[in-house]
Amino acid sequence: MLKFALGRLLQAIPVLLVVISMTFMLVHSAPGGPFSADKAVPAEVLAALEAQYNLDQPLWRQYVSYLGDVLKGDLGPSFKYPGRSVNELIASGLPTTAELGLYAMLVAVFIGVLAGVTASMRPNTLQDYVPMSAAMIGICMPSFLLGPLLVLIFGIHLEWLPVSGWGQIPGDKILPAITLGTGYAAYIARLSRGGMLEVLSQDYIRTARAKGLPEFVIIGKHALRGGLVPVVAFLGPAFAGLLGGSFVVETIFQIPGLGRFYVQAAFNRDYTMILGSTVFFATLIILFNLLSDMLAIWLNPKLRQQVRGDAE
Amino acid sequence: MSTEAGTPSIEKGSSLWRDAWIKLCKNHLALAGLGLLIFLCVVSLLTPWIAPYGYEQQDLLLGATPPSMQHWLGTDVFGRDMLTRIMWGGRVSLTVGFIATAVALAIGVVWGAVAGYIGGRVDMVMMRLVDILYALPFMIFIILLMVVFGRSMLLLFFAIGAVEWLTMARIVRGQVMSLRKQEFVEAAHSLGLPQWTIIRRHIIPNTLGPVIVYTTLTIPSVMLLEAFLSFLGLGIQPPQSSWGLLINYGVETMEEYPWLLIFPGIALSLTLFALNFLGDGLRDALDPRTAKD
Repeated sequence: MLKFALGRLLQAIPVLLVVISMTFMLVHSAPGGPFSADKAVPAEVLAALEAQYNLDQPLWRQYVSYLGDVLKGDLGPSFKYPGRSVNELIASGLPTTAELGLYAMLVAVFIGVLAGVTASMRPNTLQDYVPMSAAMIGICMPSFLLGPLLVLIFGIHLEWLPVSGWGQIPGDKILPAITLGTGYAAYIARLSRGGMLEVLSQDYIRTARAKGLPEFVIIGKHALRGGLVPVVAFLGPAFAGLLGGSFVVETIFQIPGLGRFYVQAAFNRDYTMILGSTVFFATLIILFNLLSDMLAIWLNPKLRQQVRGDAE
Repeated sequence: MSTEAGTPSIEKGSSLWRDAWIKLCKNHLALAGLGLLIFLCVVSLLTPWIAPYGYEQQDLLLGATPPSMQHWLGTDVFGRDMLTRIMWGGRVSLTVGFIATAVALAIGVVWGAVAGYIGGRVDMVMMRLVDILYALPFMIFIILLMVVFGRSMLLLFFAIGAVEWLTMARIVRGQVMSLRKQEFVEAAHSLGLPQWTIIRRHIIPNTLGPVIVYTTLTIPSVMLLEAFLSFLGLGIQPPQSSWGLLINYGVETMEEYPWLLIFPGIALSLTLFALNFLGDGLRDALDPRTAKD
């Protein structure tokens, strides 16, 4: 297992290098420099600015020095917020986004697994069709539509919940978490239904039934562990999607998180911020993919044997 | 294997496609999706002639009105007819969906087929590259592309297409690799058929099923991506409009004029529904593993 994790971490290095290089090249090949603002800037001011941000040096030197900085964990200064570094900006937005993501994930896993398992217990009956139709709606209803609709219903018409903000009024975290989590709940419901159906047809489940075990022990103790492997494998990619989703949800609900910073940086052409956040996001995504793969291996004895076989 | 007498058919026996079509016809949801999709495409094609009002036609005195007999889906704050706007927006959304998917399809099929057919070291290098690209944060990457190179529609096609081809390449490669070792391909070889004939007669038709299924499922995800970018203001730019952009405008005024949000939302969701149901139906119909029932 350790060997597997180390191997995967080693594989992540070229991936990260590609991400950094591609982003760096893209950002630096952009037409119009970061300081070509609406107002014309005097030439000497521009030169001073460029010197301050190392932009006057040849590209390859900028690249090498950027790589060195990234290795040290320094993502450089922000172009648009003078005096603040990209690290600071990320650090100030991360806790909010992490909290939002955590709640959304809880919503997604709880509702999704519940719906999927319920549906798998009586396939092709009403108990299957109702949750699965709901899941289809969840997949076809993007967060930027669901969020405003929820605000319209629960925030404006019923006046049950606050329409925006984060952590200021009690209950203002509910709508964002549901908005972000619903789409993933739908996917998880479909995955867990499929996984459970496959497991429930296995011999060892029949054995458990033959022993006369109560249904909730069969499901909870024997079937769930195998049936949820696809869900666990999905959690890594889902995390990456969650980051993207947070762009929209944080914009809709005016939450001061990483996603909103990123979208603003994209609008402001804050190149160092974009570059730094991309590197940061990529690292996070690779780490989470690794974690979810390891979790899937731990849950599935067949995969475990495969990994062990490869290591020997 | 039943062949209905009386219906004219090109092939005598029951081909895979005929079986699939019969099976698809039994799936009412998939058929409804197909119908809705055809309807939307026809409406989009004919929009310049059948739209009830002009695309630019404003009526500032009228302002935003709820749905009425004159304006079935209401009007926006400039007095523009929403039905017309949604029809024109649908043109853009569907175009992006189809063209970006076509780009993804072209790259993915060629890449996967070459890797699968040549195999060996070439295959390893090519698929390694796909693995690396898989680990990239796409959403962020597309935003980056749009920011750096300006927000043109052409770029949008290629940016989305360029990130959506990876799964297609994997599917095609897997299919081609397993086909190469099949007995009927070996039989064709031993009968002395030329390479190109084998590819054309045996390899391509057998990869088509999964490719069609995955294409149908790629279109909704591409459309969603476009709507997502347009919603953030990074995709389609005014004066052009798409469903994502209309939803974005709708959100700004949803307290006073909720229909401006709801109707474009319904249009987008219904289309995604149709495509997803059709894709699921096609998968059930074309997947040989489910062909036994």
